[in-house]
Amino acid sequence: MSGSQTQIDQFLDREYAAGFVTTVEMEAFPKGLNEDIVRMISAKKNEPDFLLQWRLEAFRNWQQMVHPQWAQVVYPPIDFQDIYYYAAPKSKKDAPKSLAEVDPELLKTYEKLGVPLHERAALAGVAVDAVFDSVSVATTFKDKLAAHGIIFCSFSDAVRDHPELVRQYLGTVVSQGDNFYAALNSAVFSDGSFVYIPKGVKCPMELSTYFRINAQNTGQFERTLIIADEGAQVSYLEGCTAPKRDENQLHAAVVELVALEGAHIKYSTVQNWYPGDKDGKGGIYNFVTKRGECRGARSRISWTQVETGSAITWKYPSVILKGDDSVGEFYSVALTNNYQQADTGTKMIHLGKNTRSTILSKGISAGRGQNAYRGLVKVLKGAKGARNYTQCDSLLIGERCGAHTFPYIEVKNPTARVEHEASTSRIGEDQLFYCQQRGISAEDAVSMIVNGFCKEVFKELPMEFAVEAQKLLGVSLEGSVG
Amino acid sequence: MSSLISIRNLTASVEGKEILKGLNLDIGPGEIHAIMGPNGSGKSTLSNVLAGRENYQVTGGEVLFEGRDLLALAPEERAREGIFLAFQYPVEIPGVSNVYLLKAAVNALRKHRGLPELDAMDFLTLVKQKMKSVEMNPEFLHRSVNEGFSGGEKKRNEILQMTLLEPKFAILDETDSGLDIDALKIVADGVNRLRNPERSMLVITHYQRLLDYIVPDYVHVLSGGRIVKSGGKELALELEERGYGWLETQPRAAAGRPA
Ligand SMILES: Nc1ncnc2c1ncn2[C@@H]1O[C@H](COP(=O)(O)OP(=O)(O)OP(=O)(O)O)[C@@H](O)[C@H]1O
Ligand SMILES: [Mg+2]
Repeated sequence: MSGSQTQIDQFLDREYAAGFVTTVEMEAFPKGLNEDIVRMISAKKNEPDFLLQWRLEAFRNWQQMVHPQWAQVVYPPIDFQDIYYYAAPKSKKDAPKSLAEVDPELLKTYEKLGVPLHERAALAGVAVDAVFDSVSVATTFKDKLAAHGIIFCSFSDAVRDHPELVRQYLGTVVSQGDNFYAALNSAVFSDGSFVYIPKGVKCPMELSTYFRINAQNTGQFERTLIIADEGAQVSYLEGCTAPKRDENQLHAAVVELVALEGAHIKYSTVQNWYPGDKDGKGGIYNFVTKRGECRGARSRISWTQVETGSAITWKYPSVILKGDDSVGEFYSVALTNNYQQADTGTKMIHLGKNTRSTILSKGISAGRGQNAYRGLVKVLKGAKGARNYTQCDSLLIGERCGAHTFPYIEVKNPTARVEHEASTSRIGEDQLFYCQQRGISAEDAVSMIVNGFCKEVFKELPMEFAVEAQKLLGVSLEGSVG
Repeated sequence: MSSLISIRNLTASVEGKEILKGLNLDIGPGEIHAIMGPNGSGKSTLSNVLAGRENYQVTGGEVLFEGRDLLALAPEERAREGIFLAFQYPVEIPGVSNVYLLKAAVNALRKHRGLPELDAMDFLTLVKQKMKSVEMNPEFLHRSVNEGFSGGEKKRNEILQMTLLEPKFAILDETDSGLDIDALKIVADGVNRLRNPERSMLVITHYQRLLDYIVPDYVHVLSGGRIVKSGGKELALELEERGYGWLETQPRAAAGRPA
């Protein structure tokens, strides 16, 4: 290999900055999955019967299903009986009522992760619902939001305090039997976030959830449900990190978004789960189902994701465009380094008239990373005048990584217009040298080129998170330049 | 006499093939040296070696810059110390705007010199003024670096960078190729404005015409990896008339500045 290859390699050797473990006392159910575990989870959370029945139905569905094989990812079979399906920090009461009650170790963890829990949060205008393993430990700004009639709480609290809303919307976008991992999640989900924005209300602040997997051998199955009633608007951000471990951990979440007439939901993700070490050992299996439904006319759902972590990412945040004139958007940056694999993309399903969707996907592969874009644009018969624009760009860093594109297009209405553009480029030694000759270090040059490549997606992120995402990309590609 | 840059017995190879075969050259402060020579003789190799490109291996000899070992420095350190290379083939960097690269470059340099970094406003004022001097439309600021630039525009962009970075030692590798007559004058004017008693330049060209505008103190012929002849600016005229063939038989000339 030439000198510049070595330089790029050294450059890609990076440390995972969020890879620390928090020592707190944990409570867990026995390993493995059966109906009893499902019942125990439900009982533990004092759930109403409808939810238990719903979980059991999901579990029975799941038992009939086979593990999906179609994605462009490679990993050994997962032993679903070797996973803990419930783990929670033990504290005096089950759920702390204020920050003062939260285990200081936990708070330190969040601090290291940069979660703005305290006054910083107020300054940043961010309300945080922090999920630590399976139980929500701290929720801020509830009161301010409540004044607007906004509900922002853990999923468990929503089940307890607003069962009618949960019952009305849960599973209406992603059904229990939707796919293998969604069914698994439906059976065993332990917590997550719940948001309801009432009619005509524009949420006065960004809502944000940081999830953190901590306990060993624990699968995290969180469930998020966001409902924007007629004319409501909300911007939601989730950030994810997990400690360094040699074993692979499973993360199978479900996110459902419902936008009623004229409502806007903007959902942004910065995903930085532990990617495994540079030889491909350990790391999170991130198998996630995210889907939104533009249920009402003129509604809009926008997904923005920056995916830099996880050993394997398998996720397709999608939009069902049911309401006439509704709009779906997907903006994505996915980075794979070392042995990371990502198979990600979106589905835009056009049902309503004059529905529009935009897909902008930026894949970055480095080291031996493999990055696949998989997207479906489907225009049904009734979707007169539907339009889609898809742009899919890949950037390769070094010689041993790969990028793949699988666009699927199904158009059943002749008035629809669907456009697709794709490109692949490589950061060349000549580009790095050019920058270095202008006094810019190779490291800064790579950051500059990568950020340039991603800027159309970053500008879709809320300001403060765009800065965070940029830094994260820098860190994800960081190392010592020889 | 003290040279700004002093090249002694330099040998270098690319992909295992020896290209520079014992090159000697001394350039004093404020001097302009022109290098001419046949295609493939090693002119760009010399520029790349001086700028520190990684796949060019120095196999022998030394290069002193202000009396210090230049070859020990990383490419970006050489740049910050004041070495500038106007590339023969400037590379395109899609997605990175010209203004962003220029600002990063200027600030990397300022930081190195212990000066405060320029903010966006101050930088814009500075860069627009420099652009005017090389008659470049400010719209080029917001285009990606060299992407879709015409050959001449790329070369002009190199000169813009040089005027911004104000190097101590600039290497212009065929900056005249691809320029129309007007652009050639603009570029030459830009270069001449930068001429001062401290700043030295190495101008690589195939055409005597450029040297009518940028009048060199010395002209060297590089052939087969060595300087085979050195002279004053008249040597360029002679080469224009006679080509390089007559030199091959000449004994190896004493390199560097004629006494
Ligand atoms: N990266 C490389 N890989 C292989 N050979 C190279 C490489 N770079 C230069 N060479 C070879 O080295 C020799 C000198 O090339 P160089 O570019 O220095 O010539 P030059 O004098 O600048 O020529 P020109 O006038 O055409 O620009 C050539 O034979 C060239 O093919
Ligand atoms: Mg050349």
